[in-house]
Amino acid sequence: MIPVTYYIALSAVLFTIGALGVLVRRNPLVIFMSIELMLNAANLAFVAFSRAFGVLSGQIFVFFVMTVAAAEVAVGLALIVAIFRTKHTINVDEMNTLKG
Amino acid sequence: MLFAEENFHLAPWVVFFPLLGLLINLIFGKRLPERAIGWVASLASGAAFVVSVLLALALRAHPEGMRVLVAEWIHIGELQLDWAFRVDTLSVTMMLVVSGVGTLIHIYAIGYMHEDVRFKGDPGRYRRFFVFFNLFIIAMMILVGGDSYLMLFVGWEGVGLCSFLLIGFWYDMDTLGRPSWANSNAAKKAFITNRVGDFGFLVAAFLMFWAFGSLNFEEVFAQAPHLAEAMPGVVVAITLFMLLGVSGKSAQIPLYIWLPDAMAGPTPVSALIHAATMVTAGVYLIARSAPLYVTVPAAQYVVAMVGAVTALFAATIAVGQYDIKKVLAYSTISQLGFMVAAVGMGAFVAGMFHLVTHAFFKALLFLSAGSVILGLERGHHHLAHHGHGHGGHHEEVFDPGDMRNMGGLRKRMPVTFWLYLIGTLALAGIFPFAGFWSKDEILADAFREGYQAVYWLLTVAAFFTAFYMGRQIWLVFFGEARHEAAAHAQESPWIMTAPLMVLAALSVLGGALNLPGIHSLTSWLEHTLEMVHHGEFVFSVAAISTVLALLALALSWWVYGRRPLTAGQVDPLKRAFGPLFVALENKWYVDEGYWAVFVNRYVDLARWLAEKVEWAFWHEWFHDSVLVRGFNFLSKTLLHLRIDRQVVDAFFDGLANLTARVARRLSPLQNGFARSYALTVLLGVVFIVGYLLFKG
Repeated sequence: MIPVTYYIALSAVLFTIGALGVLVRRNPLVIFMSIELMLNAANLAFVAFSRAFGVLSGQIFVFFVMTVAAAEVAVGLALIVAIFRTKHTINVDEMNTLKG
Repeated sequence: MLFAEENFHLAPWVVFFPLLGLLINLIFGKRLPERAIGWVASLASGAAFVVSVLLALALRAHPEGMRVLVAEWIHIGELQLDWAFRVDTLSVTMMLVVSGVGTLIHIYAIGYMHEDVRFKGDPGRYRRFFVFFNLFIIAMMILVGGDSYLMLFVGWEGVGLCSFLLIGFWYDMDTLGRPSWANSNAAKKAFITNRVGDFGFLVAAFLMFWAFGSLNFEEVFAQAPHLAEAMPGVVVAITLFMLLGVSGKSAQIPLYIWLPDAMAGPTPVSALIHAATMVTAGVYLIARSAPLYVTVPAAQYVVAMVGAVTALFAATIAVGQYDIKKVLAYSTISQLGFMVAAVGMGAFVAGMFHLVTHAFFKALLFLSAGSVILGLERGHHHLAHHGHGHGGHHEEVFDPGDMRNMGGLRKRMPVTFWLYLIGTLALAGIFPFAGFWSKDEILADAFREGYQAVYWLLTVAAFFTAFYMGRQIWLVFFGEARHEAAAHAQESPWIMTAPLMVLAALSVLGGALNLPGIHSLTSWLEHTLEMVHHGEFVFSVAAISTVLALLALALSWWVYGRRPLTAGQVDPLKRAFGPLFVALENKWYVDEGYWAVFVNRYVDLARWLAEKVEWAFWHEWFHDSVLVRGFNFLSKTLLHLRIDRQVVDAFFDGLANLTARVARRLSPLQNGFARSYALTVLLGVVFIVGYLLFKG
């Protein structure tokens, strides 16, 4: 059996890639994909610990996370479409009307 | 079952039943017909009477009585005072009188007020009258039923309030129905005079609390003999201050002056409050405090003398009055003097006996007087509407209470005449009416106990009593009518005369309560007042007083009955005695004296305070000189120092500038790049997680 540490390491790597993706990319679609990566990194950690400790709550939590992620994407894509219609661009750095 | 001890627990209902009647009339009275309002109030009072009878029956089997707790009231340290009823023979005697006579007067008032509100032209006040009447029964029951001086005081003030409200019942007119503040002034006079007495009561209560550490009857009386030895001065002070309270409520010298004016109230009020019950509260207070009074003979002597002097003094004034109710008012003061003298001498049973019989015959007399007054009103009304075309008959000011307007009513109002005669004979002390037995017991006790001065004062007062009552009978009922209204007077309806017949029967038979040799009242009160002894019938005393009373009646006939007064004629006594009678007419000028000595000085003081202290000192000098100039100086100084600009403004301006500057510095952080916000969030998370990991 593969030790739980490996899963956690993989989860950490995936999370870091996702976080970096959110920070460096300007295309909101890619940012969304990076967020998915972070969420799934967390999911991986959940199921790994769930299996390691033999409790089911981690497995159940993953379903919640997936549901929330799906809802978030639906709302987020709708927003992006709406923004593109008014601004004719979806560059994240252009969306700065709330600048102080 | 009637005699069961459990019946004692009914005691609070003597208060709750009248309260129920009051609430029904208060809440639903507007929709009830007049008769229903009167009967609700009467039934409420009647129910209290039934409860009192049950209590009395239970007391026959268990004469030791009981303390019935209703609710806790004041518990502070050592002081433990509750709403509790003390059911014993003394309090139940008072309850029987208050609710019994009270119920009869309620029933009478159904008829009386029906006409009175119409003659006075404001039928809307009918309901108010019965609400006040029930309230009075409540307060009186608290007064006689309470088991501590404080609860007694609550009732004491309550009956004072009801007295004020009912004296000023027709507050916007005088006794003749003309617009004026005379009635409300009479109410205020009664209330303020009673305040003086209440001051005495309160001082007595405070002294008692200081000396005994309690206001509860039982606890105070238990310590009384011991304390009377340790500090006699304090007990004398307590009893004498209490006497001041008594002289206010029971209209004794020097505070009796309010009672004659109290006749401004409707006649049932005069009968219930100012003759039968409330004014006897002082007598009850002394009888209740008997264990205190017997320890200080000096105070007892003062009480007896105050009562005896009042009895004679008021009896003389009654001779010179023309108003039918004023005569009875002074008679009440005089009879209260008899009672106070009796309880002062330690003849507590005689005092209580006279209290009970007096309640019967004086209520009878007042209510009959009310019947006479209404009879004249009816006659006057009849003339005004079906008159003989006298123009201006409406305009004539007619006093239906003035005996000079009466005469010959024996034929017009026969029932009232016989009732009045019974009341008169009872009051005059003619054998075998109730007044004979009770008055005689007082006189016999005074004679036997060696109170010579009291005995002679009371005997002379009894002579005057018979005389002024005889004068009243001749003036009102005999001779010829001296006014057309009297010639057309009409008899009162049965609802007014029926209660009077019950009272008349009681006035005839009331003496049976404590006949010499049987002493039922003495044995009854013995359970509460342990120091009483059976009075003895002294034949010589009875003979002297009876002979004097008959002599006085004969004399009154000789003066007033032989040659009846005719219209416009001067009182024969005035012709004979001149200035002396004028002094009697003017009540020995006591009111004028009080005005000269107290009221005018008080008004002077008030004017001096208003003009010199309030206006000249406070307003003119203090306000203008000290306040205004001081304020101007202060504001000028502050302006000069520029405190406003340099301190207050500077502080708030600085605060505003600081906020703006900080905001300007911080605004670049909000740079509009979503990714930089994300980085900040990430760094924050890293920081918090790092802190949680490495904090230890």
